[in-house]
Amino acid sequence: MTQTARGTGSDLGVGAGVPRPDGLLKVTGEFAYSSDLYLADMLWGATLRSPHPSAWIRAVDVGPALAMPGVHAVLTHEDVPGERFYGLEHKDQPVLAIDQVRYQGEPVAIVAADHPETARRAADAIVVTYEPREAVTDPRRALFDPGCPKVGPEGNLVRHQPVRVGTVPPTAEVVVTGEYEVGMQDQAFLGPESGLAVPAEDGGVELFVATQWLHVDQDQIAPCLGLPKDKVRLALAGVGGAFGAREDLSMQVHACMLALRTGRPVKFVYGREESFFGHVHRHPARMRYEHGATREGRLVYVKAEIVLDGGAYRSSSPAVVGNAASLGVGPYEVDNIHIDAYGAYTNNPPCGAMRGFGAVQACYAYESQMDRLAEACGLDPVEIRVRNAVSQGSRMATGQVIDSPAPLAGMLRELAAMPLPGSSCSPDLRALPGGVAQTTHGEGVRRGVGYGVGIKNICFSEGFDDYSTARVRVELLGDEPHILVHTAAAEVGQGLVTVQAQIARTELAELADLGAARVTVAPADTSVGSAGSSSASRQSYVTGGAVRAACVAVRERLAALRAEHPGLGPAELLRAHGPVEETREYRHRPTHPMDPLTGQGDSHVQLALCVHRAVVDVDVDLGLVKVVELAAVQDVGKILNPPALEGQIHGGSAQGLGLALMEEIQVRDGRVLNPSFTDYLIPTILDMPPMRLSILENPDPAAPYGLRGAGEPPTLSSTPAIAAAVRAASGLALPRVPIRPQDIALAPAAPAR
Amino acid sequence: MTAFEVNGRKVDLEVDPRESLLAVLQDRLHLYGTKKGCDHGQCGACTVHLDGRRVVSCLTLASQVEGREVRTIEGVAGEDGTLHPLQRAFIDNDAMQCGYCTPGQIMSGLACIAEGHTGDDDEIREYMSGNLCRCGAYVGIVAAIRQVAGPAEA
Ligand code: FES
Ligand code: FES
Repeated sequence: MTQTARGTGSDLGVGAGVPRPDGLLKVTGEFAYSSDLYLADMLWGATLRSPHPSAWIRAVDVGPALAMPGVHAVLTHEDVPGERFYGLEHKDQPVLAIDQVRYQGEPVAIVAADHPETARRAADAIVVTYEPREAVTDPRRALFDPGCPKVGPEGNLVRHQPVRVGTVPPTAEVVVTGEYEVGMQDQAFLGPESGLAVPAEDGGVELFVATQWLHVDQDQIAPCLGLPKDKVRLALAGVGGAFGAREDLSMQVHACMLALRTGRPVKFVYGREESFFGHVHRHPARMRYEHGATREGRLVYVKAEIVLDGGAYRSSSPAVVGNAASLGVGPYEVDNIHIDAYGAYTNNPPCGAMRGFGAVQACYAYESQMDRLAEACGLDPVEIRVRNAVSQGSRMATGQVIDSPAPLAGMLRELAAMPLPGSSCSPDLRALPGGVAQTTHGEGVRRGVGYGVGIKNICFSEGFDDYSTARVRVELLGDEPHILVHTAAAEVGQGLVTVQAQIARTELAELADLGAARVTVAPADTSVGSAGSSSASRQSYVTGGAVRAACVAVRERLAALRAEHPGLGPAELLRAHGPVEETREYRHRPTHPMDPLTGQGDSHVQLALCVHRAVVDVDVDLGLVKVVELAAVQDVGKILNPPALEGQIHGGSAQGLGLALMEEIQVRDGRVLNPSFTDYLIPTILDMPPMRLSILENPDPAAPYGLRGAGEPPTLSSTPAIAAAVRAASGLALPRVPIRPQDIALAPAAPAR
Repeated sequence: MTAFEVNGRKVDLEVDPRESLLAVLQDRLHLYGTKKGCDHGQCGACTVHLDGRRVVSCLTLASQVEGREVRTIEGVAGEDGTLHPLQRAFIDNDAMQCGYCTPGQIMSGLACIAEGHTGDDDEIREYMSGNLCRCGAYVGIVAAIRQVAGPAEA
């Protein structure tokens, strides 16, 4: 896709509410998503997946599939041309299962046929002889029972990250404990996994795919194909949402293998059910917390054990554990900390990146604890948080000093001062929990208000070499100056193409002729250097920084040219000199690993805060919840594009609402019970209430324009705020999210508090 | 042969009795503007108009549309490319992020307005509740429909 916008620098620069340039194609249906790609001679791919969460493979007979008319290839692990394992951080995942399967849905064989239905039937015709074995499905058992079968290559521990600060005293004036659980959430992007691989004349392959990070895909695909990287060229196709689920590979290697084998383009499109098995999910978590405080509610210590179920393969579990540990006490000042965060291998579905990873789970638990503490101290939930809030200069659990504004206490006060919505004494059924499906007249409806606070690391942490690359070219096209911005950064809906063009306008605005120039953001592909991932709320920061740096370099070149040819404007200079092009890599300041024994270290680049207040109506008889209003205060450092930013806060809050009340992949004995939108519920337009937003701009001096990543923080704090509001309305303890109707309606008679 | 109209153009196709309208639109007519989010009637991404009424094309059999008029997102803008006011309103109100739900939202939104279900914003929400948006662009979607439907009833 090529995005072109026209206008003047000031009204289309950084900070302006510029409409997204891809909006036109999106409203006309012409935007080409990966699932819309079509070539006349293409074949269709299909995947045979394991029905067992854990089994030996004794035999695979592809004969019946190969014999079917219209089938062009049937491949197993024996056909993988290069390395047979891949992975984001660690190559532990087979391209196709080798002798065993470790989760339900693991790819075993792939097929290419001339019709999608033929491909599916051929996949079904492959005969696999499995010998099922015991599935490890309890992460605590996987970690702590020495007799438990081993799922991972060296055991069941993916990572253990302790945090040790001060000396945790045996007790305190006020002590509250809790055990909390977070269910397995699915990213449920609306456009399932898909892509088109096209064999190239040089023996390589071109892959058009919806992904979050083209270069990390390329880095993983090329070795599996036994090809040098320059023969595996990727271009971003339209992405129908991501939220972390496109950070790991899905159909990429499979499509390329089939294209190379058949010499024909091969397209894969997963259906919704397959999509539930086709990507990693949010780690379910079991967490035990103990908070000790003074009678005045000042935290003395926090002890926590956080167990994250990573499922059958490693994916990004180590980073998820790192986040849960380093952010495990939340944005509060605590002198004594004892945290153990673990990631486990099990035979459950693999888990990896989802918006806010690691931080979301911990936030739910520590915020639930802060509410318990408030009650134990007889304090208001806002007051207890204010009394312990971090601010600039505070030390995090890792010892890292927060070196940019972190006005949490003020944010909480502002949030609490926002007007509350009116009570729902409306006779309109639609205003009641359950909406038009209500069977009462609202006799059991109770209102509750709850607060949540979250802190999220922005960009990649723990010493990762996190950078982005941008190429900016200024040239005359049709005698008009034109600015071309080229990066490999994935637009996944967050509005990155808009922001890249805005930055180019701002940085090149002072060149009079360029202020009104056309700006085109070129399609993302691997012909330019890596942009890193569209995850960790990092692209505005890192790719934004790269685009700015390349623009500054272009500006300086033009200034030097102008000094050589005084009197010529930019357009005349370009005419005389030809195009000016500069490529720059941008790195944020380095981060450092966490100490493996104490968790200490400046592991994060930037920390971002968001606070939520939720107002809910709960029908305590029926267990139905209606979120009446969500209010949020978020500090983004600098607003780059107001509507796009608000969209991120709405969307992040909606996914947090989903986790609080609706969304859970139900897994029993390693098997997914609800792989459909009938049984896996995501918030509809009726579930998502109006939002009241206050967006602060306290700049981070280390970041481009002072910005702070914004996509994830609202996903953290919305969940505990809603859970707290439901507890306030129902009087129940509700330690687990999502809170299901039966958790409320069928709760034991004596309320837990 | 099954004969029907798509966006004012006559189509005459041999369709399999099991083939959905969505499959025919995408795989046979290469009209990919209509999106598949679930293929089971759960998400609304595949919403099109059949004789002016909204249907989910994934649950509509192609053989059922014999002699009828189908309108898809490709048929919403004017012949000359002029956007329909609702398309414009979706851009103005940033009523999308990834945009994958957008064609279905617009087809549903057009029907919602035509059906007169825009009395207040709650009514818009009620009648747009069959269209999921995972990106959470719901605020903009309501605002876009409101912009075209005119002010809410008092
Ligand atoms: S694709 Fe038809 S409703 Fe989801
Ligand atoms: S804009 Fe992405 S699903 Fe609606």
